[in-house]
Amino acid sequence: MDIRENIISSWVMIKRTKARSFLTMLGIIIGVMAVIVVMSVGKGAESLILNQIKSMGSNLVGVLPGASEEDGPPASAMGIIITTLKYEDGQEIIKKGCDCIESLAMYVSGNDVINYGDNKVSTNFSGTTASYIKVEETEVDVGRFFTEEEEKGVAKVAVLGFEVKEKLFGDQDPIGRRIKIKKTNFLIIGVMKERGVSGFTNQDDQIFVPISTAQKLLLGINHISAIRVKIDSENNIEKALDSITWILREKHGLDFGEADDFSARSMSQGLEALSSITSALRLFLVAVSAIALVVGGFGIMNIMLASVQERTREIGLRKAVGAKKIHISLQFLIESSVITFLGGIFGIILGILISILTAKIVQSMGYDWDLVITPFSIILGTGVSIGIGLIFGIIPARRASRLDPIEALRYE
Amino acid sequence: MTLIKIKNLKREFANDEVVTKVLKGVSFDIDKGEFVSIMGPSGSGKSTLMHILGFLDKLSSGTYDFEGEDVSTLEDDELAEMRSKKIGFVFQSFNLLNRASALENVMLPLLYSDMPKKEREERAKQLLIDVGLEHRLHYTPNKLSGGEKQRVAIARALVNNPEVVFADEPTGNLDSKSGLAVMKILQDLNEKGNTVILVTHEKYTAEHAKRIIKLKDGELLEDKEVSHRQWANINGELTK
Repeated sequence: MDIRENIISSWVMIKRTKARSFLTMLGIIIGVMAVIVVMSVGKGAESLILNQIKSMGSNLVGVLPGASEEDGPPASAMGIIITTLKYEDGQEIIKKGCDCIESLAMYVSGNDVINYGDNKVSTNFSGTTASYIKVEETEVDVGRFFTEEEEKGVAKVAVLGFEVKEKLFGDQDPIGRRIKIKKTNFLIIGVMKERGVSGFTNQDDQIFVPISTAQKLLLGINHISAIRVKIDSENNIEKALDSITWILREKHGLDFGEADDFSARSMSQGLEALSSITSALRLFLVAVSAIALVVGGFGIMNIMLASVQERTREIGLRKAVGAKKIHISLQFLIESSVITFLGGIFGIILGILISILTAKIVQSMGYDWDLVITPFSIILGTGVSIGIGLIFGIIPARRASRLDPIEALRYE
Repeated sequence: MTLIKIKNLKREFANDEVVTKVLKGVSFDIDKGEFVSIMGPSGSGKSTLMHILGFLDKLSSGTYDFEGEDVSTLEDDELAEMRSKKIGFVFQSFNLLNRASALENVMLPLLYSDMPKKEREERAKQLLIDVGLEHRLHYTPNKLSGGEKQRVAIARALVNNPEVVFADEPTGNLDSKSGLAVMKILQDLNEKGNTVILVTHEKYTAEHAKRIIKLKDGELLEDKEVSHRQWANINGELTK
């Protein structure tokens, strides 16, 4: 009896017990599906990060409050509030920084629900500097951005992101109208050009106000949450980072040997740090899916053991008509691997569908997400599922092959 | 020509330190082409003897020569090889695979031979025709009557062209008419030159053979030719 015939008879067996076979393979289906999805989403996230690096420009340097870990992002990037960075720090960098610094913007942010007439939108507001449009290489669509005087003078003026304008005003011209942010009246002076998602933020779903206004009137703080510095050329990034670091250390009065209380990095470095997190996360998720596969494997073993018991007489008969141990072992091993292989195929199909769905959803949210399904993950999924069938089939197969034919024939 | 030669054959089972002596030294020869009944009450050891002669079980001591070769010390897989090539079994409870068709059931022993699939199917089909089941080839056992099931089982026993056919109470689960039809097939087989060994506790069934070996308590009680042989005909009617 060759392997091909064994596979065919296993297939016939599975078809005859569809419901049970399906339940048996469920663990494998879920496990393989999880592996495929995790690998695809991981690759997608990687593509997202790379695309973000491209979209933000590689000649930006970011300064965040708080010391940074060697490879990861600083704590402030994870949402922990650190108050060591001040407006004056930015001004100091402009004053004393190297010539390679072209412009510098500072940021604070918060969110609120904004009403205009019947329209209501929950959005973020960014307190920033007049230099924002230079640093971020954007421009206003209508009206104007606020000036340096307004930035310093706590002016109650606001520039709307494209999406906020659409939601609040539709086709109406918003210039000259007033909106309330945190109970303070703001005069709308401009609308930004449509930008899409950049730096993981939807730049169109924001309202821009002068940084001093945001600090004093909206947030009641005197620290800032980030500085972005535009450097004249990519080649000068190291030089700029050095200069920024020394200026801030001096300003913060840090002694030699004391660690930085801020973190200055080029944007691409920052994103690389993020991608190191996503790859660690991916590894973890793959490990979790692998556990699902192992659990599925035990499920297979359980069912195969039950099947051996149930088919004791059949095994006895097969032995009586001349089957050797290897024939019986092979029969059960192939049966369990055919089940897991089918489970694997279903898992791969489901995994690919979910990956496509995920990509569509993320893309519809405006992110630049590539759908990546590597042949490797498909080969891995198939290989692992067959392997699990073989490994977890060994014990049932051995048990079957060792049955005594006389006892087995008598089994009721 | 001597096919089976056993000498002082013993079989003991050790269970919980209690040793049960099932066969206590049995000796006889069976020639090629014989039709022998092994007869005895339950517990006489007749089934154990059949298991040993049919390579399903190993002997504890004594010797067993099959076709002149000593087969007393074969290992599990060597026994399987012997069963595959030399032996056909017919069981009381048929032991057909319920999910497989009659044809598939008959083909089963050939799965473990080197015969190509096409040839296996041809052979199995021919045997089912021979036992009068050409109209039942693709029926599963649950659609067959008891007599038909046993005929499928006989076809299966013959499919590997065995040296010996062992029939263990083949009529035990059948009504008398079907039982006689089965006996008729076995007698016809023997007439064509096949060696048939029948295991039964019924005198009447045993007398369809040419020779009866009687066992009692694991020992040979009697070994003699059948003087008034019973003949079954295809209609299941008795003729003398």
